[in-house]
Amino acid sequence: MRGRPNLYTNYSSEMGLFPSTTKKVSMVLLAVIAILAPLHALPYFGFLGDGAWMVLINKALVYAIAALGLNLLTGVAGQVSLGHAFFMAVGAYTAVVLGGEAGNTVWGLGLPMWIWLPAAGIVAALVGVLIAPTAVRVRGLYLAFVTLGLVFIGLYLWRNLGKIAGGPTTGRPWPELEFSLWRNMDPIISFTSDGPLWWWLKPVNLLPWVHIEEMDGEVKTYFFVLVLMAILALLGKNIMRTRIGRSWAAIRDRDIAAEVMGVPEAKGKTQAFGISSFYAGIAGAVLASVVGRIIPESWDIFLSVEFVAIILIGGAGTVVGTLMGTFFVVLTPRIVENVTGFLATQATEGGPFAWLGKLFVRSGPDDWIGIVSYPDAAGPGLSVAQLNIVLFGVLIIVFLIAEPLGLYGIWLRVRNYWKGWPFTY
Amino acid sequence: MIAIGVIGQAVVPGGFDKFINALGSGIALGAIYALLALGFVIIFKATQVVNFAHGAIAALGAYLVSYFAVTVNIPGRWITGAPDWLQWMLSALIAVAATALIGMIIERITIRPMIGEPLFAVAMITLGLDLIIRTISNDLMDNTNTGLGDPWGVSFVDIGPLRMANTQIATLVITVIVVILLALFFRSRTGVAVRATAFDQEAAMAQGISVGKVFAIAWGIGAALAALGGIFSSVAPRGAAGVSPFTALVAFRAFPAVIIGGLDSIVGAIVGGLIIGIAEVFAGSYLGQISWLGNGFAGIVPWLAMMVVLLVKPYGLFGTEEIRRV
Repeated sequence: MRGRPNLYTNYSSEMGLFPSTTKKVSMVLLAVIAILAPLHALPYFGFLGDGAWMVLINKALVYAIAALGLNLLTGVAGQVSLGHAFFMAVGAYTAVVLGGEAGNTVWGLGLPMWIWLPAAGIVAALVGVLIAPTAVRVRGLYLAFVTLGLVFIGLYLWRNLGKIAGGPTTGRPWPELEFSLWRNMDPIISFTSDGPLWWWLKPVNLLPWVHIEEMDGEVKTYFFVLVLMAILALLGKNIMRTRIGRSWAAIRDRDIAAEVMGVPEAKGKTQAFGISSFYAGIAGAVLASVVGRIIPESWDIFLSVEFVAIILIGGAGTVVGTLMGTFFVVLTPRIVENVTGFLATQATEGGPFAWLGKLFVRSGPDDWIGIVSYPDAAGPGLSVAQLNIVLFGVLIIVFLIAEPLGLYGIWLRVRNYWKGWPFTY
Repeated sequence: MIAIGVIGQAVVPGGFDKFINALGSGIALGAIYALLALGFVIIFKATQVVNFAHGAIAALGAYLVSYFAVTVNIPGRWITGAPDWLQWMLSALIAVAATALIGMIIERITIRPMIGEPLFAVAMITLGLDLIIRTISNDLMDNTNTGLGDPWGVSFVDIGPLRMANTQIATLVITVIVVILLALFFRSRTGVAVRATAFDQEAAMAQGISVGKVFAIAWGIGAALAALGGIFSSVAPRGAAGVSPFTALVAFRAFPAVIIGGLDSIVGAIVGGLIIGIAEVFAGSYLGQISWLGNGFAGIVPWLAMMVVLLVKPYGLFGTEEIRRV
């Protein structure tokens, strides 16, 4: 129906992936931006291709994979889980045992990525399926505590299984993101080293200002994680709009009623835990290999809370909301750090925001006014890292009180305002 | 008790002395967990809020004791003639009251606007609070151990083969006093209002009970109990070096106690606390030598116990089963 994007004449078109032309166009635009951004090819946003920003964006993309998984479990199937960090750890350690190098103190088989990456997801999914019977029996907030317990039991395991997890303070190196056919063979594509993306792309140069033949390692990692994330997001979207996802939503909304209608509750919850853990396992494995070395203590409750916060801030139950939430949560610390640095320089060198800087930043041992100690983190006053954690908590609270639908809700309101513009209805 | 002792002597290695000492420490640790769990359950019963920030509030309360008793010496600096233990008690009392006030402020700012929202959403708010309070209190204590300056120190009392630290006896005494006070409180006029609100908020409101006031009272009591639990988990022999960022994590282990007892049962909180405390100490003293169990196994025993109990009784030992609408 031209010009009437909200008029659906049948069910299948309403459940379509991109039901309107606007959505199709915006998806294409988004894809173009996502491809051009790291290549310094976007006007004004060329800085996104710099190493530090790429590392941050890569982290956001990996987080997005895990958040998509938690969104399926919590947002769609309604099962509260604080144990996402545990499943990520399961995936990461599967990856490192299969793909990592063996040492005197650690196990490792040195297998290539096409084995360890799917295996990370599958093993995590199996563990999720093992946990699922508990979720069938225990519901609501009790389930939150069971999954919280999983994180603590997991931490105990990783601390003590030195053969798998490496030393408690050093961890162990993870296999690199590179595609080779078998162990000890030269990689066909390496997603971490500088150089051309792939050998046959060397002569092809479609856009003269894009230097595709000399790509940074971070940018190559970016493309790998972007494609992986896009595939998993599409998979998630498809799960949500087909039989499995709709049975989950029925269980979430009213489990007994769902069962009366012939939706098996136990099966649905088991599927939800399995698939969500699959996402978490993949994300954990990729996160660990992007970071390179992870200590066992990293898989703690804070990581789980981050993902719960991502889907709450983004808007539970939606893929777009989850992605917005991820970028918001991962990029905010960087912005806070930059703003703090800016205010600190304003306070010392003068400027329009000097007063704010003086109020906000505690610059040295003689300065008693300020919330953040910067650049020297010693003494009273929070460090920038601590400020970020506090802000993170504040954001969770503010979003839940003021905008329960999250960023997605804000986006909806903005969109509806412009849809009806200049009318308010 | 004698029967348990005889069985213990016959069955376990280490004999009766080890058994009775483990039992004593277990009950003392259980009392700490029971204090923390009681605060948690009172908040949950009255306001339907699962307070994930409970551990952080406990650590903050313990820090406030060290602040009032050691750093600024209030009220000790004004009553110089009083004995040390009295000065410390008064400082601790001020700290507990301050924590209760903080609890009420938290409730007013962040929990009150969420009345009527889903339980999970409110629980997530307390997770955010946990991050905020924990980070700020960690920064206040400079991420290190801060001594509380308590008058008990590391001295012990020997009762036959049983050797108890003074602090452990103090914990037990205070817990018993708290439980009696709570029992009396729930029979008072305000206490009846709290119980009515726990039963049905709207009906309580229709009877002229100020539900907002009840919420504030519940959070005040809950935070005060958390502070007490925090104090006793940061004095010898639990945390010999005082309150530290680790205290909040130790207080996290009170959650299994709550769940084992049932989220909304006050009796359950006490029983659950004792079960967890005894289980943890027994695991520490009898399973500590088994090398393949590794380090820190005692720390996850509460969580394992919780999972086992939940698989058998999904609403805990004394929890009310949720009646679900179709």
